[in-house]
Formats: sequence, structure tokens, C-alpha cells
Amino acid sequence: MQQTDSPDLPRIMVPILARHGSDSAQLLQILRDVQDVCHFVPADAIDQIAAHLGVSRVTVEGVAGFYSFLSTQPVGQYHLLFSNNITDQMLGKDELLQYLCNKLWLERSRVSEDGLVSVDNTSCTGMCDQGPAALINGWPLTNLDQNRLDLIAELIRSQKPLADWPPMLFEVVDNIRRTDALLGEACVPGAAIKQALARGAKETLSEMDKSNLRGRGGAGFKTASKWSFCHAAIAEEEGSVICDIGGNPERFIVCNADEGEPGTFKDRVLLNSYADMVFEGMTVGAYVVGASKGFLYLRGEYRYLLKNLEAVLKRRREAGLLGDNILGQTGFSFDIEVHLGAGAYICGEESALIESLEGKPGRPRNRPPFPVTHGYKGRPTVVDNVETFACSARIAEKGGAWFAAMGTAQSTGTKLLSISGDIARPGIYEYPFGVTVRQILDDAGADEPFAVQISGPSGTMISWKEFDRKIAFEDLPTAGAFMVFNRKRDLFLTAHNFAHFFAHESCGFCTPCRVGTQLQKKIMDKISGGHGTICDMEELKRLGHILKTMSHCGLGSSAANPMLDAMEKFPDVFERKLKALAFEPAFDLDGALETARKITGRDDEWAHL
Amino acid sequence: MSDPKLKVRVATCSLAGCFGCHMSFLDIDERLLGLLELIEFDRTPLTDIKHCGPCDVGIVEGGVCNAENVHVLKEFRKNCKVLVAIGACAITGGIPAMRNNIDLWDCFQEVYQYEGGLEGHQVPNDPELPLPFDKVHPINEVVKVDYFLPGCPPSGDAIWRFLTDLLNGREPKLDYEMLHYD
Amino acid sequence: MGAPMSKTITIDGKSIPFKDGQTIMDAAMAADVYIPHLCHNPEFKPHGSCKLCTVKVNGRNVASCTMPAVEGQQVLSDTLELNDERLSLTQMLFVEGNHICPSCEKSGNCQLQAVAYYLGMMSPHYNHFYPQREVDASHPDMLLDRNRCIYCELCVRASRDVDGKSVFGLSGRGIGSTLVVNSTSGLLGDTNLAATDKAAQVCPTGALLKKRQGFTVPIGQRIFDHRTIKDVQLGEEHE
Repeated sequence: MQQTDSPDLPRIMVPILARHGSDSAQLLQILRDVQDVCHFVPADAIDQIAAHLGVSRVTVEGVAGFYSFLSTQPVGQYHLLFSNNITDQMLGKDELLQYLCNKLWLERSRVSEDGLVSVDNTSCTGMCDQGPAALINGWPLTNLDQNRLDLIAELIRSQKPLADWPPMLFEVVDNIRRTDALLGEACVPGAAIKQALARGAKETLSEMDKSNLRGRGGAGFKTASKWSFCHAAIAEEEGSVICDIGGNPERFIVCNADEGEPGTFKDRVLLNSYADMVFEGMTVGAYVVGASKGFLYLRGEYRYLLKNLEAVLKRRREAGLLGDNILGQTGFSFDIEVHLGAGAYICGEESALIESLEGKPGRPRNRPPFPVTHGYKGRPTVVDNVETFACSARIAEKGGAWFAAMGTAQSTGTKLLSISGDIARPGIYEYPFGVTVRQILDDAGADEPFAVQISGPSGTMISWKEFDRKIAFEDLPTAGAFMVFNRKRDLFLTAHNFAHFFAHESCGFCTPCRVGTQLQKKIMDKISGGHGTICDMEELKRLGHILKTMSHCGLGSSAANPMLDAMEKFPDVFERKLKALAFEPAFDLDGALETARKITGRDDEWAHL
Repeated sequence: MSDPKLKVRVATCSLAGCFGCHMSFLDIDERLLGLLELIEFDRTPLTDIKHCGPCDVGIVEGGVCNAENVHVLKEFRKNCKVLVAIGACAITGGIPAMRNNIDLWDCFQEVYQYEGGLEGHQVPNDPELPLPFDKVHPINEVVKVDYFLPGCPPSGDAIWRFLTDLLNGREPKLDYEMLHYD
Repeated sequence: MGAPMSKTITIDGKSIPFKDGQTIMDAAMAADVYIPHLCHNPEFKPHGSCKLCTVKVNGRNVASCTMPAVEGQQVLSDTLELNDERLSLTQMLFVEGNHICPSCEKSGNCQLQAVAYYLGMMSPHYNHFYPQREVDASHPDMLLDRNRCIYCELCVRASRDVDGKSVFGLSGRGIGSTLVVNSTSGLLGDTNLAATDKAAQVCPTGALLKKRQGFTVPIGQRIFDHRTIKDVQLGEEHE
């Protein structure tokens, strides 16, 4: 049952509801604020929000239940979530979590008796270059070690407000290690827009086309095509065109900053230090497709960037780079709003992201229709990755040919890689496409590298035999994650970690992913516990096939990759964990008698198996 | 299997079940006589043989709810060339698995402490009593199972079809109306 | 409708006519071709979540209930591979919930069971999850047994789109998804659901049942006891 007691609720709710207005698309933003203040979403708050937005209670409850950073039960006043990526684990995260729990006399996932503190895991927070990392009430903690946890435990016990904690605990650095065409030069605000306006929308699109820029989120769809589809699309309602305030057909530009793929943190750096370039690219996009409104969907884990992003937006409005008649161009109006996510990897999928922008649970839509024709609120919408917009700004400024001269024929330009794991210098590396894995490993100072996870759990794991392969859409496509494992690592742990990740992040909409990711997780747990057999490996392969062929979206269809890759490329990683037997029970027989032994006090021969 | 002297040896048992599948087996009626020309029984409730020896076919009714069930089931698996799970309980846990939603502590308290059992408000702890698992499981979660014959119970006709297919070396195949889970 | 049926798709080698706006499923059903499905009900907007209706179109798997029919599509449906995959999905639905057919009033009228019969499911194959799910008997006329919910959202759609009540919704995520009802107490009895609502009629399984009617038709005489779901649903299509 949901908790309802919160005497101050009206006092809390009134300003939150006033701030967000009555558009139901604000639902997620409202719930985030309620969670912040109350440390959960009380049942009464759900009723009040439903009444305020004019939606049903189940609509609100559906959203409150979907996102990891919202809860309908109280969490601790200090709610600490350890980033559970494999790179955090490799840096000792499991031991540190246990250390903190012991120190605070706490059980993981249980709120302390006094309601003061709770500790749990969360999916990768995007701090792999400075882990182990965590979030406390949504704010990032980096470079955790026992000393820092001692300090944190003390701060929690003394109930010091987060604002008064030492800033060094929250320090996040960029770690830019190699720059090229994108990061090598500072972005002059307005430079790209000026060029675009001078060229005109049509010509700018043609420069985009010449650049052959492909989406940096991993799928590699040609950006110019996406923009031109969107430009050509018109939303109609009962036969008449839906227009924005300026009287033009309504279209939207959305920047996908839901950088949830474990091991990826390049967008964090772009938004921290190159926000102007990203907003510039969005504005160019708006000019080309004819959009008057843009959204930056910022993953909840990056809320610490929000303040700076808002400041940059304000500055750009003041400089005439956003708002009405941008840079004096009559009729070109465009503004950007930042929406915060709340802990859901699936929202990186573009149609799920749009659902989330509309204030709904992030469940991927049925396609067709695609977002370019039916996106945000059913209007034509471009959804592009943060890096794609940054590239777009550069292309608008310097031309398509300049961009196309870099990289390979099919993969033009450069790529930002987020490099972490067993290397001396973790951080952001920018390379022209076509660079070999070996070159990158050398530059990053990898010692005896054995395997690299390219593009995160949904990508592919390559072995040392493949280090001459190239980063490019035609060979190793990537959204940017590059996690390195040396010879001493047990790669089973990596696959096991990723199996848990997908099971946790499956939205639950379709059968194969909802159930299949759980079955995968259970089998990996069984093998990990020393009870796996060759039958279990066969079952993983069968499940992999179902996930790949039957799933609703990319999450499900890639959820088996870590298992399939590991079994194919590193068979001994699995085999040395297996029992020689053909069959092992699905559960621990003796363990399943433990409760009855405790109840009866028996410990005789027949009370064991 | 044409040699009448070489009969197929069959064992059956009921674990966490109600013996309903065994009753249904008897529902194959007069065909039993014909069947007995082809098979002979090892351990079954019909012969009262206590332990299963080497057999061709083992037929197991009921799920696994306690330690004793595991011993019996493993004995069957070890001795039977072909192991058949018969009925809803052996295949899904069935009605006994409805206790899986109830905590074992609550279950024991309700039965022995609040209501008062034979020993006066105490949980019995005699080693002779099979110790229950946290949950009831289908048998294929404990041993490898070769064939499944669903139904609660499967009809006499379904059992007859299944066995005659098996004894004649055919892959057992049920007609639509023979396949049901209730 | 006036649109002429001059366009066709091919399903398993058979030429099937369709009208613009029809999905592959619509065209198939109208032409007496059965594609197994659970979350789809022709009376409601397609959902596309159970994935049983997955077919291969020009080599790519798609949900036939949501995919528009397009001239010239080569569709494979009744193949060994697809039916095997559909069987796996059905088995997944069985093990993720608590589907204890012998104890369920819906047995014999249940579409989950009927699809499993149609696909020849002899066992659920996967290990059972035996999840803890809540049963809600608070409503005077209806029983909500979440153990049997397969998240098809037919009750959600019916209540929202037909009854205009939004009594049902889904909350949670992934395997933790759960059917919630529109009351602060979380109880069905505190909602305005009526037994005559469309939402009360559409559950394909025994998750939402009318009380006191469980055995008006005895086991053995129920919808799917003697007729396959294919025959029943194609029959309904042509009523």
C-alpha cells in the first residue's frame, strides 16, 4: 500500500504545480520535484497532480512507477545510489557499497529505521572515467574510496545539508585527452547560425547532405535525410495544418541527451564545456526543418549540468541566438527547453524519449509512423544525438566538404570516444573515423588489453585478435563507449553485469524483452553460482535468438549481445564456470530447505540435500 | 517391442500430487488388459514396490514440494531410460504451487501454532517427516524430463494415446481435444 | 467503405487483398488467415506488445497487428520457425505469472491457454518465476487476480477509450510492471468500474472475472474445449 501521510503536502504541492502549469507533458517534471522534496511520491500527491493536470490517477501512478528515480515508498533523506557499471565494479564498487552499508548499519535497498539514509545500486551514471561513482539525492559523487565514504557517512550522520558538503566530493572533470575537428576549436556563439542564415535553409541542408554526417547515437542514420523528411512532413488535424504561434507548420527539434549506455560519457563533456555548440546545432536544425521549439532531454543522472545549461540558454537568448527573429532574421523563431529524465535507459530510444517528453512512461512506440512525421505530440520531430548537433554546428559553419574530408568515405568526420576500464588515461578521445582499436589502446595507455566492449552492453565485445579493426560505421559502429579489459579480468563478470543491466532497464512493454531479459539474468546468476551446465549455455543461445528476432525495440534486440559475444569469442570464459554434468537443478535444493530447517529446528541427515 | 516376452518395464509415482493422474490412468479401462501385454510394472502404487529398479519408462505425477520428493525423483531419473512428467503438478507445480505465494513461516504458524496441531501448538520436527521447500517446483526444475503429458488430469484417452505412441516408437502426439491444462 | 480492394499482399504464398489503412493482421483475418495473437482485439487500437503475431515481411520480423499492409509485401507467418518462436513467447507468458489452470474459472475460455493449445505447448519449458502478485476481491461484481495478468492492456484500452473511465493502468517497469486501478486505496471496489463496462468483458485470461459466473458453463463445454482459437476467432471475424 502507498504511504499517504504528509501533513505539509498542500504547502509542498502548490508551488510545484504552479511552476509547471497544467500541460500534462509536465507530469514527469512535476513528479521529479515532488520526489525531491518528499523523498517519495505520496498517494495524496498523485491525486492532487491528477486533478491539477486533468488526467486519471492511473496515468500519474503509471509514470511514478516507471522511472527509477521516482518511488511511491519513502527512500532515505540521504539516498545514495552507487553506479553499477562494470567499470565501477572493476574499481571496487561492490566492496565500497558494502563498506558504507556496514558503516551506517544498513542493508542495501532498505531505508534505515530513522528514515535518514538508504543505499542501493543504479545503472551507470556516466562517470566511468572517474569512478567508482554514485549519486546522492541525484547529485554525482566521483572517485569514491574508503576515505571519502568515511567522510560521507559522517556528513550523513550529522545530517549536514548537501549544500554544505565539501565541493570536492561533487567534482566532475572533463578529462579531454585528445581533440580534433570538433573539440579542437572553441565554438563562437552565433557563427554557425550566421553562416546558415547567409546560405539559406535549402543550401544549409545541402551542406549537411554533402557532409554525409551520420547520427552519432550509434544507429548511423544520415542526418540530412532525417532533417529533410521532417521538413517535408506536415501534421494535420481534421484536414487543417497544425501550426505554431508564428503560423508555420509545427515541428520540433529534440536533442537526445539521455546518455544511458553504460560506459558512455561524451555528451556529459559536450554539455559541460561545449553547450553552445550543441544549442547552435539545434538552432541550425530548427532553421533547416522549420521548427520553432526544441527540447534537450537531459538524463536525470546529469541534473547537475542543468544550472549551467539554463545559464547558457539565457545568455543565448540575450544575444539574440534564441527567441524571436534570431539574428535579425524575420520569422525565424526558436527556443529550447530542458527536460529532465528520471532514471530510465530506455528513454535513449527516440520514440520512448518522445513519450517521456510528453510526460509519459518511456515505452517505445510502434513504428511506423516514425518521429520525423509523427513525433512530439504527433508533430514532425527530429531527434538527434548531442554529438550530432555539435557536428551540425561545425558543418553549418565550415561547410559539408570540410567535414566530409575527414574520416572514411562511409563514416565522415570524427568520433568522440568515452574510454574507461583498464587504461592509464581514461577520458574523452576524439579521432577521425577509421582509427584502429590498437591505436586507441596505445594512446590511452592500455596495459595488456585483452578485450574491448565497443558501444556499451548493446554494442559488441571484441577480442585482442580484432584490435586492427576500425572505428567506423562499416566496421565497428559505436555511440562512443569504449571499455577496456586486461588479461586478468574475468569477462564472465562483464556479461553477468550487462545481463542484470538489461533486465533492470527493460521497459516491460513486449513479452520477449520483459521475460527474456529476466530469464537471461537468472541463467547468468545460476552459472555465476557454480550451478551452470552446457544446457544453460544452449538456453542462453535460444533466448538470444528470441530476443534478437522478436523484440519491440533495440533494447531487447541487443540485450543478448554480451552473452552471445562472450560465448562466441571467449568460450572458455563460460566453460570454466560450468559443471561437467549435463543437468543441474534450476534452484539450490539444499538452500530451499533452509527456511523449513529454521522453523523446525532440524539439522538431521534428512533435512539436507 | 514385438517380442511378447520383452515387456517394457514401467514405474510410476506421485510426488506433490493428488493421485488423480493415476486414477485417470485406470480410466483407460479395458484397454489396460491390452496394455499389460506390452508392459510390466516396477515401482507403482499398484504394485506397492517401494523402490524403483532399472526401467524403460518412469511416469511421475506431482511436483516437488519436499526433500523426500527429490530423493524419489532422483531415483526415478537414475533408473528410467525415459522420464515422463504427467499432469499439471509435475509440469507447473499445479495446485500445490498455490502455496508459493505464502511465506513458509506464515504457513507453519497458521497450521501448527494458531490452530494447534496434534502436538499442541508446536511445529513438528520428527526426522521421519519430509522437510518442505520454500516453494513447490515442477519436476523439470530438479531433473531432466523427456516428455510432458499435461492435464489435470490428462484424460484416459490422452494417456492411452501417449503410451501407445511411446511404446510403438512414435513421437507422442495428442489430438487437439486431448491437450488441455485443466 | 468505398475503397476498392485492388491492392494485395502475399501471406504464405496466398494472395490477400487489402484496403488502405488496414494492417497485415486486419487483411489476414478478413481473408480467413489466422495469425496467433493475444493483445490484439479488432475492436481496439492495436497495441503490439505480446509479439505473438510477429510475421516476417520481406525478411524482417514485424508485429502484424501494427504493421500497415503495403502493396506487394511478401509475408511469412505459418512457418515452423515463427511458430516455434511464438511458442517460446507463450511459454514466457506462462512462467512470468502464476497461471494455474486447474484452479482458474476461465479455464477453457482463456485465450492464453487456447493459443498454447494451438501451438501445441506441452510444458512451459522455462523455469517458473512464481511472482508475488495481489488479488483484489473488493469489487462487488468483479475479481481482479493479477497472477493471471499478461499486460495486454485490453482492459486499459477498453476502460479509457470505450467506457471513458480509465479504471485501469499499468505502473512499474519491466518484470515489475503491475496493473493498477483508479483509486487512492488501490482497490478495485473503490473505482467506478461496472460489470457491464466494456473493460469488464475483454480480459483474454482470468485476470479480470465476473463474480458468481465461473461455472455456469461446465468444463468440457467451453469455447476452446473442442474448437481451436483459430476457428473461433476467424468465425467471430465473419459474424
